[in-house]
Amino acid sequence: MECSPLFISLKAAIIATCITFILGIYSAYFSIRLNKLKGLADGLFTLPLVLPPTVVGFLLLVLLGKNSLIGKFLLSYDISIVFSATATIIASIVVSFPLMYRTARGALEQVDKNIIYVARTLGLSEHEIFLKIMIPNSFNSIIAGTILAFARALGEFGATIMIAGNIPGKTQTMAVAVYSAVQAGNRELAYKWVGIIVIISFASMILLNMFESGKVKKHGKGGF
Amino acid sequence: MEKGVFKILYVNIKKKFKDFQLNVEFESKDEVLALLGSSGCGKSMTLKCIAGVEKPDSGQIILNGRTLYDSSKKINLCPQKRKVGLLFQNYALFPNMTLEQNILMGIPKNHPDKLGLLKEKIESFSLQGLEKKYPSQLSGGQQQRVALARMLVNSPELILLDEPFSALDTYLRWQLEQELVSTLKDYKGTSLFVSHNRDEVYRISNRIAIMKDGKIETISSKKDLFKNPSSMNGAILTGCENISRAKKIGEKRILALDWNLELECDESVLDNIEYVGIRAHHIDHCNDSIYDNHFNLNIIDFIEDLFNKIVILSSNGNAPLYIKLSKEDFKDLNINSKLDISIHKKNILLFYC
Repeated sequence: MECSPLFISLKAAIIATCITFILGIYSAYFSIRLNKLKGLADGLFTLPLVLPPTVVGFLLLVLLGKNSLIGKFLLSYDISIVFSATATIIASIVVSFPLMYRTARGALEQVDKNIIYVARTLGLSEHEIFLKIMIPNSFNSIIAGTILAFARALGEFGATIMIAGNIPGKTQTMAVAVYSAVQAGNRELAYKWVGIIVIISFASMILLNMFESGKVKKHGKGGF
Repeated sequence: MEKGVFKILYVNIKKKFKDFQLNVEFESKDEVLALLGSSGCGKSMTLKCIAGVEKPDSGQIILNGRTLYDSSKKINLCPQKRKVGLLFQNYALFPNMTLEQNILMGIPKNHPDKLGLLKEKIESFSLQGLEKKYPSQLSGGQQQRVALARMLVNSPELILLDEPFSALDTYLRWQLEQELVSTLKDYKGTSLFVSHNRDEVYRISNRIAIMKDGKIETISSKKDLFKNPSSMNGAILTGCENISRAKKIGEKRILALDWNLELECDESVLDNIEYVGIRAHHIDHCNDSIYDNHFNLNIIDFIEDLFNKIVILSSNGNAPLYIKLSKEDFKDLNINSKLDISIHKKNILLFYC
């Protein structure tokens, strides 16, 4: 059995999760501080969650394809995103981002307002409050969001096949490999990939539940 | 308009939110000023505007000659620069930090001897040995002391206390109140104290502002307020049990409409009299008709309190009158029997519209 889909998937999911982690948290922070355009920003950030992945993939193709502005610009440096390993990462980022964003936003919003008010009157800068108070106090939820984003990135199929294609050893992820195997009538191979995906996803969900139910504790006993 | 330059704190702000209009103006010198009002009257919002975590629509806030907020000059200092301390009911300690990290957060970054100051405060608030504990591992009293220490190391020019005791049980409340009072005594500056609890306000503050529907009705020293509340809201908030609609019927006489009693007053009654108030403990039990305002009323019911009993009286089905008697006086009273009472002229509170 060719193992490359596992590594391509893990590589794409891990890199995508790292980027989504930072993007998601900062977008959440940005969005909760908005007053008027909050609804618009929120809608935009959540859109990839509700759009069919093929639509996301199509839009990415339009945005990054050889005829697009970005595509032409990158091509002048001999970089082509479409049908490359980078494309698998980009697809994973886009589809996992809303999950990270929404969990982070919920977690940051739940931090006691009074704590933030007091921190301000004590002279802590907004960025310090964000890094030293808001993030640590929503740590469990943020980690839960990260795991969720990772699981989503790992299972990404629709956008990936649109923008990255199905090139074995290059862009063929596990989810795509299942599709290919079924298409080729190779049930046995499909079962193997399905088994691996189910195990990884299930393990992620157990980890997620541990963080969400607060079994992993940080500050003293009982929490605050 | 350079009002307030020589005052310690001058506040004049307006803010509209939903269908509520906040419109307060007051000054405060080196004292503890209480804002007393029922929930939703805008007292917490006033504090938040002064702290800078909420923005008023218009007005001015001046602290020790520094303009914190001035809508006409487009000045709105961020909370970080206002030098104002906030103390909340839940103390708002940073749950992810230990006791000493919490206090360190309050120490200004350019302070020359952070650890020295930290050690000094930990000692003066008797928090030794707890330095590495997290807030969730501290008792309510210890949490309050950490919050006070964290606030005071920041050397604020004004302290804002937002219902600091409302979540506590009676015993703990009393203890923490004593600690807070002694801390405030040592503090050189103005404190604003927000509460809906009249007893607490009376014990802690020097002056009291009565707030209702986003406005300050009166500001007076606490002695004056409890003796002679000038508004009916003030009377209710300071715990006046008996209030009735009233009508003038003579130079110094009124008719309390709800009780159907004619009352003789100490002062001349104005025509626009609206309500009359009598505190339950100002009604005496007596047998002699030589006293002021002597009545013989039916006993309808009793309410038992910790140290005294409240007797509910009425004349022929009119609105009830509450009187407080010590358990001694109370011995041989029965429901449906009659009771002689008198109300001293000077204890009748008149409210005009």
